[in-house]
Amino acid sequence: MDTPYTKRAADVLIWLLLLTMPYWIDAVGGYTQLGSRVLIMALAAMSLNFLLGYTGVLSFGHAAYFGLGVYGMGLTIKYLVPSTLAGMAVGVLAGAAAAAIIGLLIVHLRGIYFAMVTIAFGQVFYFIAYRWNNVTGGDDGLSGWSRQPIDFGFATVDILHNQRAFYYLVLLCFLISVAIMAALLRSPFGRTLLAIRENERRARFLGIPVDRHIWISWLISCIFVSLAGTLYALLNNFADPHDLRWDQSGDFVIMAVLGGMRSFWGPLIGAAIFVVLQDYVSSETQNWMSFIGLFFVLVVLFFPRGVLGIVRRKAAS
Amino acid sequence: MTQLILYNVFNGLIIGAFYALMALGLSLILNLSGVINFAHGGFLAVGAYLAFVLVPYIGFWGALVISPILTALFGLVIERILIRRLYGRDPLYGLLLTFGLAFMLEDGTRFIWGPQTLPFSVPDWLSSQLSSEFFFLTGYRLFMVLLVTAVVIGLFLLLGYTRIGVRIRAGTLDLETVSVLGVNVRMLRSLNFGLGIYLAGLAGVLAAGMLGLQPNIGTDLIMPSFVAIIIGGLGSLPGTLLGGLLIGVASGVTTVFFPSASEAVIYIMMGLVLLVRPRGLLGEEGRF
Repeated sequence: MDTPYTKRAADVLIWLLLLTMPYWIDAVGGYTQLGSRVLIMALAAMSLNFLLGYTGVLSFGHAAYFGLGVYGMGLTIKYLVPSTLAGMAVGVLAGAAAAAIIGLLIVHLRGIYFAMVTIAFGQVFYFIAYRWNNVTGGDDGLSGWSRQPIDFGFATVDILHNQRAFYYLVLLCFLISVAIMAALLRSPFGRTLLAIRENERRARFLGIPVDRHIWISWLISCIFVSLAGTLYALLNNFADPHDLRWDQSGDFVIMAVLGGMRSFWGPLIGAAIFVVLQDYVSSETQNWMSFIGLFFVLVVLFFPRGVLGIVRRKAAS
Repeated sequence: MTQLILYNVFNGLIIGAFYALMALGLSLILNLSGVINFAHGGFLAVGAYLAFVLVPYIGFWGALVISPILTALFGLVIERILIRRLYGRDPLYGLLLTFGLAFMLEDGTRFIWGPQTLPFSVPDWLSSQLSSEFFFLTGYRLFMVLLVTAVVIGLFLLLGYTRIGVRIRAGTLDLETVSVLGVNVRMLRSLNFGLGIYLAGLAGVLAAGMLGLQPNIGTDLIMPSFVAIIIGGLGSLPGTLLGGLLIGVASGVTTVFFPSASEAVIYIMMGLVLLVRPRGLLGEEGRF
């Protein structure tokens, strides 16, 4: 495994599957929207993993920045300008601004303390969305808006009614984000993040400004998570306050762990399994919370390395 | 106006007492075992519903005594089966497992007792008003404040002067040395976990008497408890107590002037504390 050759082959296979997904997903019992949902969640989980798996910093509050993307999109289209791209810009900027400021407060904390503070800070945005009724719609969420056609100058793409067109918009965003993250991880900056993950003290002795690197990694991670949030708002044509609650953060972490935190594509696989399972279970039973809860427990007890971690181990032995 | 403020300060103090009870349990477990127990709110709900089941047989007072003990025993079983496997591992796994457990406990109580709010009655003489001028001073609320005070004093006496308490405190500082000195660390962690869950169960019975029973009764209390721990300083139990009372009163006072910010204010306080004193109000320097 993991020779450059097999790695390249796996990359090609994954991109081929994603590119053709709208054409085979119905045949295997899914639907195009489910595919879009998998991609969006995968983008969020991979962004989280940039921080979690590659910098070794445990954030349990990424839903806040995801949710800022969701509400940035919804509020922009509803109140400011009916433009999908403007919504994306506002959502991502909102997420980035919040992450930059909160990052400054927490970046010198480590481990369990960092996790707790990120969880707690996440709730601020939840309460704002929940309580600011006349703007955000409160507990009912923000509805009464829908995704707008995108005008490229030479052609206009109707992403509202054409599910496949929307899927490819999501895929395009996914591709760009993932390519940027992969390039960053290959760069000297990315290698420095790995060094911090492996041995922070040694990295510090080498003169690496550890806090600043963690802050930048946190910011990058949050920016891509809020981009995923804007896409999620478009997918649902709705902004739900639960998108910024702590349970959502937990979902992102479990996707990353389930797929394999130490592999680049791991969170994609985790997201696919999680989203499909959630879709199936919540349509079959009222008690989906118990199932998801049990799922969390089982993953921790039996699959702590994730799917790709196990595959890799089997291949190595 | 004065009365309104007094009312909300008192109310905040009671809410703060809940936060403190929850947060002290969380803190105990976090300090000794390094596990953030997301399921703490779930255990609170278990305590509340057990009391609901017990009241027809042994009355309110019986339930107040027995239910937290049963909850603690349930906690010990869970610790034995699940939590024990988390010790010494990356805190990530503890978060995820207890997160799943919280879902299961909440859904479990909903499955057994239904999603609707169930009434939970306290003895008549407790629910009477004590003064017509200070209408908010019901006997039950005063009783709660007194009981929580007594429990907290009891907890600090236990930790300060008994053998087990000294071992818990020593283990918080250096578990390895405590183990080398011949203390059964497994047993110590179990007992400590049970003690934390006992406090959650007690908070559950008290909360049921004030708010009635709902499956998500504990979920709303868990986040403020985290904030209480952070404000007070990780690793410091007096800090946790102080943090709980502070945020309770702060959100009570905010209710008077700007009700819709009453939840957000505690997170703003947390931000301020992290800005000017990152280790928390009573936290030790350099521990985290």
